[in-house]
Amino acid sequence: MKRISRRRFLRYGGAGLLALSGAERLAALASAQEPTIPIGVVYPLTGALARIGASIKNAVDLAAEIVNTPHPELDPLVLARPAGLPRLRGAKLRLLWADSKGDPATGRAETERLIERERVVAVVGAYQSAVTATASLAAEAKGIPFLNPESSSPKLTERNFKWFFRTGPHDVTFTKLFFDMMEDLKKRGHRISKIAILSEDTEFGATAVGVERVFAQRYGYEVVATELYTSPPASVEAELLRIRRSGCDVIFGQNYLVDAVLITRTLKQMRWFPQGLIVHDAGWVVPDYLQTVGDDGNYVLTRVSWALGMGRRKPLVTRVNELYRQRFGTDMDETNARSFTGLLALAAAINEAGSTRPDAIRQALAGLSLPGRQLIMPWEGIEFDFRGQNRHAAGLMAQILDRQYKVVWPFSLAEADIVWPAPPWERRG
Amino acid sequence: MDLLVQATLNGLLLGLVYALVALGLSLIWGVMEVVNLAHAEYLMLAMYATYWLWALGRVDPLVAAPVVLPLFFLLGWLTYRVLVRRVLAAPMVSQIFATFGLLFFLRYSAFAAFGPNVRGIWQSRLEGSLTLGPWYVGVPQLAAAVVALGAFALLWLFLNRTKTGKALQATAQDRVVAQTLGIDVEQMFALAWGVGIAAVALAGISLMPFYQVSPTVGDAFLLIAFASVVLGGFGTVAGALVGGIGIGLVENVLGALIAPTFKLLFAFAVFVLMLLVRPQGLVGE
Repeated sequence: MKRISRRRFLRYGGAGLLALSGAERLAALASAQEPTIPIGVVYPLTGALARIGASIKNAVDLAAEIVNTPHPELDPLVLARPAGLPRLRGAKLRLLWADSKGDPATGRAETERLIERERVVAVVGAYQSAVTATASLAAEAKGIPFLNPESSSPKLTERNFKWFFRTGPHDVTFTKLFFDMMEDLKKRGHRISKIAILSEDTEFGATAVGVERVFAQRYGYEVVATELYTSPPASVEAELLRIRRSGCDVIFGQNYLVDAVLITRTLKQMRWFPQGLIVHDAGWVVPDYLQTVGDDGNYVLTRVSWALGMGRRKPLVTRVNELYRQRFGTDMDETNARSFTGLLALAAAINEAGSTRPDAIRQALAGLSLPGRQLIMPWEGIEFDFRGQNRHAAGLMAQILDRQYKVVWPFSLAEADIVWPAPPWERRG
Repeated sequence: MDLLVQATLNGLLLGLVYALVALGLSLIWGVMEVVNLAHAEYLMLAMYATYWLWALGRVDPLVAAPVVLPLFFLLGWLTYRVLVRRVLAAPMVSQIFATFGLLFFLRYSAFAAFGPNVRGIWQSRLEGSLTLGPWYVGVPQLAAAVVALGAFALLWLFLNRTKTGKALQATAQDRVVAQTLGIDVEQMFALAWGVGIAAVALAGISLMPFYQVSPTVGDAFLLIAFASVVLGGFGTVAGALVGGIGIGLVENVLGALIAPTFKLLFAFAVFVLMLLVRPQGLVGE
């Protein structure tokens, strides 16, 4: 065996080490050119809400892809043109998905894990208000920005959190829509004065009930019945019997999918329908709803924050939806359009910040000003107030007509004429 | 008054479905004193079976029973042979954990196999409602109630008019004596599982025209089934019937008269009261 002299060993060894460190530095340089920005994303990917979680995931993944790769055809959508974030030398977003299972405790634990183990610089989530409430608590404690695109409980932005931002509308904005629409209907000569509320009883439903009661008082309507149930209910017959007896003109509903189908079927069996059934999206806008009840779902009025029908006035909506359709074979819906927009807003803020430091991102979110034309939403834009609520978030009212969700209010944006009062069951085809 | 009659009608119809769900639970306990916590998961599986028959083969729930019931009889029988038999001699706690484990096994198998989506059928031959003066009766609910009554009648005939049925009753009363009389106790246990699970499967079929299935649908029914069994009397067939109707009525009538928000509270208040005042149940001995 040939012995290696000490000198030779040192010479080769040293050269090798030098080469190695050089390679490492090269690698570091390469990665510095395209560092990734880890963002935590928390949604219900399994459990009863997994279907909606899956559609949200599609939309958020697509938004990240649009940011990360050049999409000049989607101009003027925010960050569509460049690849990655220009002010961070083209850095790309890296999404780290976590499953809340639809459970507040899991949502919080997963958020903590993302922040501590995965070192995410910001978190997006979490659809259900109850989960957003706990998950954002974890982010607040750790000093990490939490952006919520779609939870609608007003309480979320009343907590004086420093790190919490919501791009979408909340139930106060949404509920105001109900009343403004009814006021417009009254101007057309309809008589509406009595409201019954039928709602599931968690954070989403119970909070909305409170807001509805306050608005009813302010606008001079009488709430003649308020029925809460635990979802999924075995039946809603007792609730609807009391509501029918209350002599209400309209029913307001906050209901999940099973409940919505049950309500529709029970109303049909009772052969009774109020002048208007006005609901907060949720179960009423999941595609399975119309698939199950078919034409019986017609005439339901739901608040939406987005509708494909807007594409006529805003071609960007159609173009983004086309891309989505190519990828996933379905249209975007009003929930995941909000999620899509939420991630873009966060990306825009990180780009503005020009840094991945959480406090710099927070600062940029607080000062963010995105014009409406860069978004696929019907909003004037995104600007957060001191509570972290997007002051321009607003909604539309859609009515199910011929198994399609058509924007019917505000009348100026309507793509179809509202049917009011809803025809009784006997006179439906 | 109108409201009371309507609520009573609704409660009665729904109560009969509850009774059918509770029947198997009661029967299995009656024969071998095993609490089957996974009971409502079989309801869920039967609902899926009915759904898939409809979705893939357009088999209306109205005629699904001949396919689904034998399958679930077999499933119940197998559950006994494979799992329950092995823990029969073990302490009660082990039995409870065994069926509790079974609950999660079945539920998450359903998640894995069918996904978490809520699925319902439409355009069943059982749709709409009948009006009786100011009142109405849902057709699918009425059908479910008739099916439940029929099932109870058949089971009563089986238990009291056939040799096997009497052997089953004898086993329930005293398995040692039954054994010395030459009854194959093992077979009787397996039979109780088969019949009990077939009964809950029948409830699942009847629910499908007006309810939707998801892997967690059992939650809406398991506690109600327990409340029914406690109200009627643990271990008797008549108890399940009386208890189911009782819970259905309490829920709907008190719900409609006082506040639907508390309807489950009423049901479980009755449950607790019954345990305190008359633990053997309304028709128990």
